[in-house]
Amino acid sequence: MADDTSRKQDEPVEEFEREPVPERAWLGFSSFVGQYAGEHTAGTELMIGPLFIASGVSAPAVVGGLFAGNLLAVLSWVFLTAPIAVRARMTLYFQLEKICGRRLVTAYNLANGVMFCFLAGAMVTVNATAAGLWFDIAMPGLNDLYPNSAGWVATVLVMGALMTIVAAYGYKVVARIANIAAPWMVLVFIAYGIVAARQLGIESVGEFWPKAQALIWTGGAPLAGRAKFTFWHVMFFAWFCNMAMHVGMADLSVFRYARKSWYAVGTAAGMYLGHFIAWLSASILYAQQLHATPGNTDVLPGPLAYNAVGIAGVLCVIVAGWTTANPTIYRAGLAFQAISPRSSRYRVTLFTGALATVAGMFPAIAMKLLDFVALYGLVLMPMGAVIFVDFWLAGKFGFERNYAEKSGVPINWAAAIAWVATLAACLAVVNMGGMQIYFIGLPGWFAAAALYIVMSRVLQRKEVRL
Amino acid sequence: MKRVARVVSFAALAGTILPPVLFFAGMADIETMKRWMLIAAIAWFAATPLWMRK
Repeated sequence: MADDTSRKQDEPVEEFEREPVPERAWLGFSSFVGQYAGEHTAGTELMIGPLFIASGVSAPAVVGGLFAGNLLAVLSWVFLTAPIAVRARMTLYFQLEKICGRRLVTAYNLANGVMFCFLAGAMVTVNATAAGLWFDIAMPGLNDLYPNSAGWVATVLVMGALMTIVAAYGYKVVARIANIAAPWMVLVFIAYGIVAARQLGIESVGEFWPKAQALIWTGGAPLAGRAKFTFWHVMFFAWFCNMAMHVGMADLSVFRYARKSWYAVGTAAGMYLGHFIAWLSASILYAQQLHATPGNTDVLPGPLAYNAVGIAGVLCVIVAGWTTANPTIYRAGLAFQAISPRSSRYRVTLFTGALATVAGMFPAIAMKLLDFVALYGLVLMPMGAVIFVDFWLAGKFGFERNYAEKSGVPINWAAAIAWVATLAACLAVVNMGGMQIYFIGLPGWFAAAALYIVMSRVLQRKEVRL
Repeated sequence: MKRVARVVSFAALAGTILPPVLFFAGMADIETMKRWMLIAAIAWFAATPLWMRK
């Protein structure tokens, strides 16, 4: 009993997991602005900005693409996720269970947990580049896929172990540090860009745009092994990098607390501070490194930040990485725990953190973060289409909503086929070179929606006949 | 006490962004800028927990 009590005190509040959120628990607009601004100014932003430069993007493409893509992301939250969230007011998992059945949700949780682990691994990698500064270890290069030195492995191991133990035992402390650090972190990210711009020789605001085109986002050939990025790549990447959250409906769990669905415009704080200003700032940092030391293509957030603003910059990398890895490890643990509900939350989180730490030793995930983030969204996207169709269109197309709940089946095969077949088809198209992974999510969503409608009509009619 | 902490926090935010702006304008050297940013970071994390609610 004592153990249970202490466990509850150390865990974040997980209320209304199997019931609609009551009116007394609804939250105001500012809660969502703060949450999204903090969550989307993460350590990994310092990887993404440089990778745009490595992909040979031009200045108009990156600025225009980020503006449009982030706008589309905000609109996806506003018009796809939030309207369902404030009507149903249920977690993603409970809503999926009603539609898909217990066993299919278990499979979804497994996929979700694994993807979260890899994402947390990238955050551990970012932090290790900051911690490694003090120990003069050999750090991975842009094209490294495997651990390249014993020092690197040891640094990741120590950082990963620390993060894991804190995620398991001190979640609330780190969550509080995240809230406290958010305004400061945003300003440090802006400082990176200002300082690096000056180091590049930009001496006034008026000089910025012409020199940005000549020195920063030159639109030249991509670095070896990188795809060439255009406006469309940047726009689709910015739109779909959080695909799992908006189109994939993971943020139903967040917006079920919103008094009004339009509160989802608060996501703009995260998109335009984190995925616009922070990415552009990180890009400028990397351009400055390429300018100062031609041939040094390493994307190492720790040294990049240290060279620009000193110890405060490294501190920001560590805090940004830690405060976002913490909930990511925790969420992965929750997803795994749903598969094995009797396991202790601590043990599951420790196991999850260990997986993330091992993943963090492999720089491939961080160095290929643009592709990994696109894959992450793609894996979870079809279930978002299933939820959207089930909520809005089931009656119109003549099949039963929340079919698993009403029929008692452990697997709704219509949803299972829509998920697996869409994912397999999308990956096949990408592997055959028919379309790059950044774009496939859009046709994939419509394919998943159409498949779910067709299969629901076929399979539900068949069961009624039986 | 909370009011003082709040003032220190806002001064720390100013101390985080003003040095880079001054460096950009050519009015501060890089080492001075880095030093002030570190002082501001310490001040922010010392003062803000005293008044920020959650």
